[in-house]
Amino acid sequence: MAKRSFLIPGVDKRLLIKDSIKTMPDVTRRRFIAGGASLGALTLLAGCDVIDSSSAEEMLKSVSKFNDAVQAFIFNPDVLAPTFPESAITKPFPFNAYYDLDDAPEVDGKDWKLEVRGLVDNKKSWTLDELYKLPQVTQITRHICVEGWSAIGSWTGTPLRDFLKLIGADTRAKYVWFQCADKDGYNSPLDMRTALHPQTQMTFKYAGEILPRAYGFPMKIRVPTKLGFKNPKYVVSMEVTNDYKGGYWEDQGYNSFSGS
Amino acid sequence: MSSLTVTDEQVSATPAKVIQPAWVRVMHWINALAMVLMILSGWQIYNASPLFGFSFPRDYTLGGWLGGGLLWHFAAMWLLMINGLAYLVTGFATGRFRKKLLPITPSGVLHDVRAALTFKLGHDDLSVYNYVQRTLYAGIILVGVLIVLSGLGMWKPVQLHWLVMLFGDYPTARYVHFFCMAAICAFLVIHVALALLVPKSLRAMIIGR
Repeated sequence: MAKRSFLIPGVDKRLLIKDSIKTMPDVTRRRFIAGGASLGALTLLAGCDVIDSSSAEEMLKSVSKFNDAVQAFIFNPDVLAPTFPESAITKPFPFNAYYDLDDAPEVDGKDWKLEVRGLVDNKKSWTLDELYKLPQVTQITRHICVEGWSAIGSWTGTPLRDFLKLIGADTRAKYVWFQCADKDGYNSPLDMRTALHPQTQMTFKYAGEILPRAYGFPMKIRVPTKLGFKNPKYVVSMEVTNDYKGGYWEDQGYNSFSGS
Repeated sequence: MSSLTVTDEQVSATPAKVIQPAWVRVMHWINALAMVLMILSGWQIYNASPLFGFSFPRDYTLGGWLGGGLLWHFAAMWLLMINGLAYLVTGFATGRFRKKLLPITPSGVLHDVRAALTFKLGHDDLSVYNYVQRTLYAGIILVGVLIVLSGLGMWKPVQLHWLVMLFGDYPTARYVHFFCMAAICAFLVIHVALALLVPKSLRAMIIGR
């Protein structure tokens, strides 16, 4: 499983990993990204440069960027994710994170406010009560995890594109960047075309009930056209921006577009 | 243009006729590399959420962790798909598939399987595939098409929803993808074992003769 444990309390895990990679001896570094039987496979790739871990890493990163572009090209904003009848819902819907359920953020709904930043006309923060008053729709769609498993769930909330319109967001900007209350500070960028997809949703309810803590209370962003890790939970802020600000998993090597 | 007519003397004067043309050899080895990369990175991805009660040994996976395995898988897929597509187009256009792989008759297959199992299957003329070879080669091409289609469907289950529907649904496409991998691994074992038993066939795939 891709679950990682918190290494040292109070230390940013990603920075720690980044720093420690730098100090790793070359062989260890190579195994870190290529791993196991890879050395043999790497030599097969011909050319001595490829043996060098950083070249292999760079090659893979370039292809991943190329794949971002291919996926953006394939993405058709009018194609909807398949929807299912209630009978198809997976029970129980799995809790999934890089930490145990006990470590999931406990957000106080009364104090919580959604911060809005960046290229928007109205930067006012939103309370949960204010958000609950916005028109909501329900979707029953398949959540597909980067690990391969999938589960069908029922999510209710406000289409993100309606909210972006409401706050006067510059929808020509490249990304909406979400920050979350998860420990280690989860965050994830969403390309604007996907943010404007009709099924991309600010989710407040699961299966008709207020979003439980396990599924991201108080607010999750449900994106049925993306892999699960691009569906942030426990969202505390959104920023409309032209800058690519990276993401928790994206920075560690998951493909950034990761569209379905 | 007289060189186009080949006499018997000229044929016997040439060292040996070309059994595997250059395009087949190049594409074969590119495919071999791409397949190995896809299988080893695929095992890494499988281990993140196993379909069955086992995982692949870490030493036989590529990428170090799920993220690395995915990077390898979605890089090597281009090599596999572009090379595979070129192979299919050339195979049909040159008539190689028709000439080499057809016909496949049940009686022919039965006869040659029996001969192969009793080690009586001759390999005097490597340019003509026996029925066991025809079945395995045609079969593995179909499996190759199936594994790419199920893989594309899993990669883009929304945009290429029709492709997923071909297999039923997303989870089924995952199983299809897995069993195609298993079929390719089984083919690899047999294919490599037979190539080593008949070394001149391996030589033909390297130098053509």
